[in-house]
Amino acid sequence: MRAFAYHFAFEFHTGLRNKTLLLMMYLLPLGFHFMMGFMMVDINPFFLETMIPAMVIFALLSGMILGLPQPLVEARETGIFRSYKINEVPAASILVIPALSAFIHATIASLVIVLTGALVFNAPLPVNWLPFVLVYLVIVLTCSGLGVLIGVISASSRVTVLWSQLIYLPSMMAGGLMVPLQMLPEALMRVARLLPASYAMDAFKGLAMGMPVGYDPLWGVLILLVSALLAFALALYLFSWDSKNTARRNPILALLVLLPYILGAILLPLPEPIPFM
Amino acid sequence: MSDVIVVSGLCKVYDELVAVDDVSFTVREGEIFGLLGPNGAGKTTTLECMEGLRIPDSGNIDIMGVDPNRDPRKLHSIIGVQLQSSGLPQTIKVKEAMKFFSAYHGVNPRMELLARLNLSEKAESEYQTLSTGQQRRLALALAISHSPAVLFLDEPTAGLDVASRVELHCLMNELKEAGTTIILSTHDMAEAEEMTDRVAILLQGRIVTISTPRELTATGSGLTKISLRTSDNTATGVEFPAVEKQTFGEEYNIYYSRDIGPTVTAIIYYIVKNNDTLIDLRVERPSLEERFLELTKEGAV
Repeated sequence: MRAFAYHFAFEFHTGLRNKTLLLMMYLLPLGFHFMMGFMMVDINPFFLETMIPAMVIFALLSGMILGLPQPLVEARETGIFRSYKINEVPAASILVIPALSAFIHATIASLVIVLTGALVFNAPLPVNWLPFVLVYLVIVLTCSGLGVLIGVISASSRVTVLWSQLIYLPSMMAGGLMVPLQMLPEALMRVARLLPASYAMDAFKGLAMGMPVGYDPLWGVLILLVSALLAFALALYLFSWDSKNTARRNPILALLVLLPYILGAILLPLPEPIPFM
Repeated sequence: MSDVIVVSGLCKVYDELVAVDDVSFTVREGEIFGLLGPNGAGKTTTLECMEGLRIPDSGNIDIMGVDPNRDPRKLHSIIGVQLQSSGLPQTIKVKEAMKFFSAYHGVNPRMELLARLNLSEKAESEYQTLSTGQQRRLALALAISHSPAVLFLDEPTAGLDVASRVELHCLMNELKEAGTTIILSTHDMAEAEEMTDRVAILLQGRIVTISTPRELTATGSGLTKISLRTSDNTATGVEFPAVEKQTFGEEYNIYYSRDIGPTVTAIIYYIVKNNDTLIDLRVERPSLEERFLELTKEGAV
């Protein structure tokens, strides 16, 4: 327990000492939040209704999908994991503690978003706080699981950015954060169902904001939860201590994490389209 | 003394490169065992297989009854490792690193090691701000913080200044006296000669010899270097018994002798007989470095 506490304290401080992590955890989500608050409301009046959940999801995506993987890959490439191995640091700690630390940082950023969203931009607050917190925790688990999995399977730092952006950019554009899913063409709505952001947004809207989503949002929560558990299990299974000269398990297996989303895209009904104004 | 490490038939191949080829040796309790060899000889791969960082393709390793691949957790509780390239997070502070790894080993951090390794002033410094020598000293402090029974040192003095090197050697001797078995991989022949009880020389993945440094140097060409300087330089051109080759310089005459007794006796007799005055006479046994070069040359041939 003492080892876990030291490890966690170190990881948490690293988030503050490391400029890149600081950027991903705080500067990018908060900067984007204020920019959207001042500009987007005029462009898209719907945006204000879901501004708080959308910006919270954005903070989690940037902190965990963009921020978490890179330090893991760099640590493996620079031999830090080798030092960890010879000093009895378990693989599970290497994967879980950065996720836990990222959760604290992302929660601080999310609190700022919720408070300033309501006070500065008059964005509506959640009507049901308990579901809001529970959904938030499930999304944290999902995003951190995916971030850790990307960090484990990426062969190099350069590839990591590519993998992260494969989730991050589509989530931003078609995940329902900037514009409601219903405003997308049907084919794109289906594709959006392959992204965790769309289920996260629906779960926030349906369970915490009191808005209709066209299906029981608990299905979305279940999909996120299963995906999170799959992601952590796969990350642990595919974990490698060394980037050179050691046999690594096939990273293609990581695609299994998409299974719950594929099932969701096939089985869950799409919302009624809203025409552009 | 019992064997604490038994390596037998160790092989490791990377793609088509045979890094370690049928390596076998034992290390006795409480000895400093040197692994010598040129770059690419297989030293680090051998060490990393023993440290549980690489999986051998074949062969057996037994470290105090533990197979590194079957029980790595148990292995890492009895061994300490200073890696050649010590990977630590760039932003971790020296003091944090001591606490962090000690906690995972389940021991209290031995902060006195920082003072011993001249790192006290750097306790609050981040790893990335340390010099190469300081980083290596920190790696050593971390390796011994849980008082391991077996210590692996991979090029421990590389990048260290003279004072730090002397301090490290003192520390190694103290650990040896306390019963720690040390496996030392080094390029530094003087260090190996001074510090090790036995050395194994690796060439192209194979062990070519295992012996004490003294025995090893004795089995070489065996020529002892005798440097002579006299006031009148009367010995120039004279042939002395047991001398196999000689060179004559402006200040010193150099003789390479198979048997120093007759050679030195004859030299002194000659000087006295010719009323010359001895200014300097040096006798230098063949060094481990010379023997190492002989062996690597033979291996290369």
